[in-house]
Amino acid sequence: MSCKLYVARSRSVAARKLGDETLIMSGRDSTLFTLDEVATILWEAADGWKPLEEIVEEKICREFEVERGEALRDALALVEGLAEHGVLLLSNEPLGEPKLQGQVER
Amino acid sequence: MSSLMVEMSAKALELGVPLSAQIDLTYRCNERCVHCYLDHDDHGEMTTGELKKLLDELASAGVLFLTLSGGEILLRKDFFEILEYARALTFCVKLKTNAILIREAEAERIRLLNVDSIQVSIYSHRPEVHDAITKVPGSLKRSLDAIRFLKARGLKVIVADVLMRQNAEDYPQVRALAEELGAEFTLDPTITPKMDGDRSVLGLNAGEIALQNVFRDQALVGNVEEFCAPPSKAGADDFEALPCSAGHTACYISPYGDVYPCVQFPLPSGNVRRTPFLEIWRHSEALKEVRSIRLGDLTTCSHCVHLAGCTRCPGLAFMEGDMRGPSVQDCEKSFARTGVASVNLLSKKSSNPTLVQIQGLGTCATAA
Repeated sequence: MSCKLYVARSRSVAARKLGDETLIMSGRDSTLFTLDEVATILWEAADGWKPLEEIVEEKICREFEVERGEALRDALALVEGLAEHGVLLLSNEPLGEPKLQGQVER
Repeated sequence: MSSLMVEMSAKALELGVPLSAQIDLTYRCNERCVHCYLDHDDHGEMTTGELKKLLDELASAGVLFLTLSGGEILLRKDFFEILEYARALTFCVKLKTNAILIREAEAERIRLLNVDSIQVSIYSHRPEVHDAITKVPGSLKRSLDAIRFLKARGLKVIVADVLMRQNAEDYPQVRALAEELGAEFTLDPTITPKMDGDRSVLGLNAGEIALQNVFRDQALVGNVEEFCAPPSKAGADDFEALPCSAGHTACYISPYGDVYPCVQFPLPSGNVRRTPFLEIWRHSEALKEVRSIRLGDLTTCSHCVHLAGCTRCPGLAFMEGDMRGPSVQDCEKSFARTGVASVNLLSKKSSNPTLVQIQGLGTCATAA
C-alpha cells in the first residue's frame, strides 16, 4: 500500500453482532451481509481515524497467527468489497466517525 | 426469506437472541379504522427517556430488525427524536403508519435517517371505501400523496391492505395502484380480535368465498396449484417444529412497556418499566412456556391433516383461550385454501348439530 488507507463504518447501514459474527444490512439496497469473526474485528475497529495497516497489525496479526502481508491483502480485499456496497467508507485521509445523515447536533 | 436470513435466524434461535422487535410508540391514532384491535387512548405511554433506554436495551440484547408502529407513530411529538436515536444504534428500522402526517419535509427526514421501509395502510383505491373504513374524509388522498413523497426520495414503501367485507372486491385495484406508485403490496386476510378480548370485529371478516378467491389469485400466491394443494402428511420433523418465531427470536413491546411474544399474542411477559428487557427476555415464565411448545404438543392440531402446512397463529389461538389450541381463523384459511376441513372444524361441526327434528310421538329425535 503506497499511502495510508482509512476505513469508517457507513452510518447508512444497519448492523448487529450475533455471536462472533456481525449481521449487516446495506442502506443502499437492503442487501444482507455477514462478517466472520476476523472481519467483525476489522468492522469494529473501522473508526475512520486508524489506518487499515495499523488495525491489521494491532487487531489481527497480534491475535491470530497470520503473516502481515497476507493479512493486509485479505483485509484490503474485504474493505474494498464492503465499500462497493456502501457498507464501509474508504479514504486516504482520516474520516472520523461520520454522523448519521439528518442527525441533530447536540 | 433469503438463505442467509434463514441461517441467521437459526443462529439467533440457538443463541436465544431476539433478532426482531416491534414497539408500538402509541395507541393514539388520527384514524378510526372499523377493524382496528386497539383502543385509541393514552394510558401512560413511555416517555422519550424510557423509550431511549429501551432502545439501548434492545440493541444490547441483539435486536437488529426494529418495527416502529402504533397507533399512528407520527402523533408522538418526539417521533423523529426516537427514530434518530434508533438509527444511531444501527437498528434496521421499518415504520408502519397511515402516512396522513407525512408531507415532503417528513419524507425527507425519513430518507435522511436511512429507514429500511415504510408500510402504509391502504384499504381501497376508492376514496368512498377507504375513507369509510378509516372514518376520516380525505384520508386516502393524504396517504397516497405521502407515498408519492416517499417514493420520490427512493424509499421502499409497502402498501398494506386488510381484507374485509367492505373492501373484499378492491384488492386487485389496490395492488395495481401500489405497482403504479412503485410500492410493494401486501394483503392480510386476518382481522384480529381487540386486545381486550372483544371479538365483535371478527364480524368484518370477508368470508369464505373472498378467501377462496384470494388464495386462487396467482398474482398473490404464485403457483395456485401448489399453494392450494391438499395437505401433505406431517413428517417426524414437523412435530418437533416451533409454531412461529414469537417469543423465540421476536417480541413486541406496548406503549406502556409491556412485553409480549408478538403484537398478535397478548400474553403478559413482563414490563420494561419494572424489569430490564434482557431479564424479561431470558427469565419470563410466560416466554419460557411459549418456547417449550412444539407442534407435536398442540392439543387438537397435532393430529390434524393440516399440521405441516397450516398458518396457525399461536397468538390467535391464545386469544381463543388456549395457546396450545387451534385458531378457528387459521382453520378457516386452511379450508378455503385446500377445501379440506381441519380436525377442529370437523369437531365443531359434529358437536353443533344444526337441526333437531321432532317427528311426532313414537318416533326418535334425529340430528340432521
